[in-house]
Amino acid sequence: MADVKLTNVSKSFGDTAAVHAMDMTIPDGAFVVLLGPTGAGKTTTLRLIAGLETLDQGEISIGGRVVNTETPAQRDIAMVFQQYSLYPHLTVRQNLEFPLKSPILNTPKDEIARKVEEVAEVLQITRKLDNKATELSGGEMQRVSIGRALVREPQVYLMDEPLSSLDAKLRTDLRVELKRIQMTLGATILYVTHDQIEAMTMATHVGVLNDGKLVQFGTPREIYENPNSVYVASRLGQPRINILPADIFGTAPKNAHHIGLRPEHVQQGEGRAARIDRVERLGDHTRLHLHLDGHDIITLADPHAGYTAGNELQIAPRDPLCFDARGDRIY
Amino acid sequence: MSSFSATAPSARSKWFAGTLVILYALITMIPLAWIMLTGFKSPADAISYPPKVFFEPTLEGYVNLFTTRTRQTDDFLAANPPQTWYEEIVRQYDMVIAGPSKFGERFLNSVIIGFGSTFLSIFLGTLAAYAFSRFKIPLADDLLFFILSTRMMPPIAVAIPIFLMYRQLGLSDTHLGMILLYTAVNISLAVWLLKGFIDEIPREYEEAALIDGYTRFQAFYKVVLPQAATGIASTAIFCLIFAWNEYAFAVLLTSGTAQTAPPFIPTIIGVGGLDWPAVAAGATIFLLPVMIFTVALRKHLLRGITFGAVRK
Repeated sequence: MADVKLTNVSKSFGDTAAVHAMDMTIPDGAFVVLLGPTGAGKTTTLRLIAGLETLDQGEISIGGRVVNTETPAQRDIAMVFQQYSLYPHLTVRQNLEFPLKSPILNTPKDEIARKVEEVAEVLQITRKLDNKATELSGGEMQRVSIGRALVREPQVYLMDEPLSSLDAKLRTDLRVELKRIQMTLGATILYVTHDQIEAMTMATHVGVLNDGKLVQFGTPREIYENPNSVYVASRLGQPRINILPADIFGTAPKNAHHIGLRPEHVQQGEGRAARIDRVERLGDHTRLHLHLDGHDIITLADPHAGYTAGNELQIAPRDPLCFDARGDRIY
Repeated sequence: MSSFSATAPSARSKWFAGTLVILYALITMIPLAWIMLTGFKSPADAISYPPKVFFEPTLEGYVNLFTTRTRQTDDFLAANPPQTWYEEIVRQYDMVIAGPSKFGERFLNSVIIGFGSTFLSIFLGTLAAYAFSRFKIPLADDLLFFILSTRMMPPIAVAIPIFLMYRQLGLSDTHLGMILLYTAVNISLAVWLLKGFIDEIPREYEEAALIDGYTRFQAFYKVVLPQAATGIASTAIFCLIFAWNEYAFAVLLTSGTAQTAPPFIPTIIGVGGLDWPAVAAGATIFLLPVMIFTVALRKHLLRGITFGAVRK
């Protein structure tokens, strides 16, 4: 396994800058999740590291070796694509064998068989090994394509929303499985997702991208508790952070234009009276949709609390995050 | 109780479609069937009027196709009774077999030139189509149009310049010359058809192969080619049919060594003019390779084997 270092990396397609002067270090053995909306440059970053796109400027090194001019094969990476994942003319087994049989790896036969069985076991596709790739369901296809990455022991794994097409149960299972594999192998993984739960539970580090720039990089906890802008704060947390005018609860904190309140930071039973619009009982907790001065606020409540829509609830901020007019964090 | 489906065809429309297909097949097959029947007729039956549908079959046409014959004196004929069934057939016209005809050679020429040019067209066409489909080629659209434009006139329009060129280059009446000529005509079709097929294969497959440790050529060979099999098969059939049936250039540019079957077959002369049963026998045998080739590749013509593993 190896670390990956991006220095001043840029890539444009025509007039659109997909990645702009990005610096990022992915430590050896880290599980880094890239977060950002569509078009933020997540997939391009992955493709640049994989060698599927050429850099406009900057430098990428894997394990201390500059790989700018190397082909994808020479970089020794494995990638799981979001779609078009399997070779349709091959069986599941042949798909899994494909990377092992490459001229670069040229694995001995018995080892190929052993590894394929091993991975098939983990991904619960043993029964399907001799099926044509076209005969699988979407979820099975995606498991096989994850398997195709796992049969190898590359320097780095790149995964582009690998779980997005799976159903909820399988996604949870594979999430746990991927994390376990990463811990056992000590693998370096760069992982793109929209799913906050994946980000929070699997990542050792989270990188938040905006318009091709890396706007914050840190542990999931740092990103959640200490975001450096409204943009980053809005990327993590479910339900989303409440962004409100700074003076909504009285005097605004100094210089603040907006305050950010995580749902768990809305204190109940004191402060201003807000109207309860809706009560969502989710079993283990209850979500309250509140309305205050034309702003919607979401907060959490005890599952047994007897709130009803239409009533009023007094709320006050606790440890608000303060942002200036541009959306940057001030304290 | 009958069930109703909005998508499945009704019994009546199935029946109608079936009848239409059978009628169409009959109409297109009548000339073929007539040629095959004529091959087994005697020369008299072949030209009788009204045409005979029922007749006594004979292999005379096939014997005449594969042999050359000479007339002999009565003494010679009496001294040498026929040894084989085909000598017997010839003997009814007071003739003996002098040797094999040139049909075998001409047929072999057709095989070499037809399949040779098809292979070359597909080989070059696939590589060119892949390049046009995957790489940023300067002026790609203009080049593609230029390639297509070679199809805009009938090839025979350039017969005279090609004839002169071939004479200069010593390519007249050579296998290589004919293979190159048919390849030149077919390659535009091959590039265009194959580009369409390769465009439909998502790049992600090759990218996955590149990452899996393969070079671009290996990715092309192991991932793109198998998926383009359908397109390659149908393109090959089109190329072969053109090269196999081509008549005008073959008449113009070949006369001996490299003469193909199409200009040879109509020149088979029998007793008292054109030997129609022999011509029909030649045409029948000539049809077989393309038929076999098409039947052999028909599995690939039914599309769908490469599509379906793709989540769109």
